[in-house]
Amino acid sequence: MRSIYLNVAILFMLVACSDSEGGFGNGSLGADGSQGSGFGQDDVTSSTFFKESIGDHVLFKVDEYTLNEAAKTALNVQANWLIDNPGFVIIIEGHADERGTREYNLALGFRRAQSVQEYLVARGVSGLRLKTRSYGKERPVEICSVERCYGKNRRAVTILASGSS
Amino acid sequence: MKRLFSFSFLVFSCLAGAALTQDGPLKIEITDGVIEPLSFAVPVFEAENPAAREIAAEISSIVVADLTSSGLFREIPKNRFIAQRKTFEEPVRFPDWRAVNAQALVTAAVKTSGSGQLTVKFRIFDIFSGVQLGKGTQLSGSTGAARRMAHQVADQVYKRITGEGAYFDSRIVFVSESGPKDKRLKRLAIMDSDGEKMKFLTGNDNIVLAPRISSDGKKVLYTSWETGFPQIYLLDVETGRRKRVNTPGNDVAFSPRFSPNNKRIVFSYERRGNIDIYLMELSSLRSARLTSSPFIDTAPSFSPDGRKIVFESDRSGTQQLYTLPVSGGTPKRISFGNGRYGTPVWSPRGDLIAFTKQSNGRFGIGVMRIDGTEERLLSASFLDEGPTWSPNGRVIMFSRQTRGPSGAPSIYSVDITGRNLRPLNLRAPASDPSWGPVLP
Repeated sequence: MRSIYLNVAILFMLVACSDSEGGFGNGSLGADGSQGSGFGQDDVTSSTFFKESIGDHVLFKVDEYTLNEAAKTALNVQANWLIDNPGFVIIIEGHADERGTREYNLALGFRRAQSVQEYLVARGVSGLRLKTRSYGKERPVEICSVERCYGKNRRAVTILASGSS
Repeated sequence: MKRLFSFSFLVFSCLAGAALTQDGPLKIEITDGVIEPLSFAVPVFEAENPAAREIAAEISSIVVADLTSSGLFREIPKNRFIAQRKTFEEPVRFPDWRAVNAQALVTAAVKTSGSGQLTVKFRIFDIFSGVQLGKGTQLSGSTGAARRMAHQVADQVYKRITGEGAYFDSRIVFVSESGPKDKRLKRLAIMDSDGEKMKFLTGNDNIVLAPRISSDGKKVLYTSWETGFPQIYLLDVETGRRKRVNTPGNDVAFSPRFSPNNKRIVFSYERRGNIDIYLMELSSLRSARLTSSPFIDTAPSFSPDGRKIVFESDRSGTQQLYTLPVSGGTPKRISFGNGRYGTPVWSPRGDLIAFTKQSNGRFGIGVMRIDGTEERLLSASFLDEGPTWSPNGRVIMFSRQTRGPSGAPSIYSVDITGRNLRPLNLRAPASDPSWGPVLP
C-alpha cells in the first residue's frame, strides 16, 4: 500500500519521458533551477509545469504554521492552476526543520499542510481533491544545520497525482 | 525463533564460606550520585574443562564490561592481583585482595559439555568485611546463550551490591539509519543492552519512527509511512510479522505507546490539522478520546500503574508537559522551567518523568518528579532527544544527533544522577531507542 507515493513518483517519471519524446529536449532546467529556453513550449497542464513554473511549495517561520503574504501569493497562483487542471488529486505535504522533537515536528508538519489545504479550499479548490500528510523532520531538502537550510526545510509542498476525485 | 536455551537458577551450597553468607555492609546508593566507583576484581573465570577456556574468558570480559559501563564499578587490573587463584573452590585470601584495594571480588567457574551445554557458577565477596555476599549461584543453558548468561552474572552482582533491580540482561529496540541526511533509510532493529547481537526487524523501504517495546518485550509499536501516510503498526519481535493497527477512521496516527499490561495503547490522532490523544483497547479496537484541544497534544506515556498518562501539548503557547488520568479530566501542567519540554516518559518505578528539553538553542535530556518539582538536566548537546528508561529506572538512553550535512544520530546512556554519560558502541547511526524488560 505504498501506492500513493509510488504513483506520484511514476507520474513524474512518465511526465519526464513524454517531455523528451515529445521533442522538448531543450526544456531542461538550468543549473540554477531557472527555466531553460525551450521550456515555454512545455505542457502547461503537466505536473512538471506546476512544480517548475507555478511553484509547488511555501515556506514557514520557526515553529509557525500560519501563512505569510509571500505564501498566500504563491498559493493564489497554485489555486488558480489547480482549478484549471481538475484531473489531479493533491497531497499537501508538511515538513519541519531539525530543531524540534520528532513527534512535535510531525504534528507541526500536519498543521502546516492543513494551513495550505484550508487556504486552497478557500480559494476554490475542491476539498475532495485534497489530502494532507506530514513527514515532520524526516525529509529535509537541505542538509546543513544553519538557518539557510532550516528556512527551506520548513515547508509545505503541493504534490500532484493523476486521478479524479 | 525457537527457544535456544533454558535457564535454571540453582543455588548451591558454598563449601568454603557456608557460615559466612550474611550480607556485609558493601552497598552503593545510586541516588547519591556516585563519585567514586566501587572497585572490583574479576579473575578470569576458571574453565573446568579445556574446551571451556575461550567461553570462560568471553563471559568474564562481558561481566567486567557490563559492570564498568554502569559507572558504579571500577575494575582492578588483573596484572595487579597478588592472589593467584587455581580453582573456584579454594578459599578467598581476603588480605591479598585488600592489598590491591579491591572492595568486591567475583569468582566464577565455567564448564561446557560435548552436547553444547554451558554451566556458569559464581560467588560475590565483600573484601573489607571478609564475607561472601549471598550464596553461590549457578546458571545453565546452551553455549549459544553465553552472552546472556554473562549479562545475568553482571545483573546478580549489580543487584547484590546496589540493591537495585537488574538491567543488563535486556534488549533495546531502535531505528538503524543509513544513507544521506535528505534520503535517510530507516529500519527497526533490536540489540542487547550492550549494543551486541543486533538484528533487523524490518526492511528499509519505508520511513519508520519511534518504536516502543511492550513491557513483556514481545511486541513493538511504531509509526510507518507504508501507506504513504504515517500510521501505527504492531510488530511481533519473534516472528517479525507486522500489522497495521486500525485506529479510528483508518486515519493518520502516530506516537503510540503500550499501557503497562500491553492491552491498551495511547497515541496521537490527526484530524484536520488538529492532533489529539486517544486511548484504544487492542483486542476490541474500541477507542476513547483523551484530549480535545485545538492544539498539538502528542507523545503520551503511561504511568506504571496504568492510571495516568503524561504528554506534551503546546496549549500554553509552547511545548509543555501535562499529566491526565486515563479515566478523563483536566490535564495538569507539570513543567514550568525556562524552555520547551517534549517526549515525556514515565519511569518504570513511577517516581520520575524523563523528557527532552529545548532551551537556549540546545537540546537536553532531563528528569523531574511527577509533580514537576526537582527538575534536573542530565545531558545537553546540539540535539538530544527521546529518552527511554532502563528496566530498573536508574539509567536513561536517548538519541544524540550531530550537527551539519553529515550529522548523524547515535545512542547514549546516562544515569539518573547525570553521571556516566556514554555512547553505545554501535557500528551504524542509530536513533529512537526503546528499552525492553529484563528477559525472563
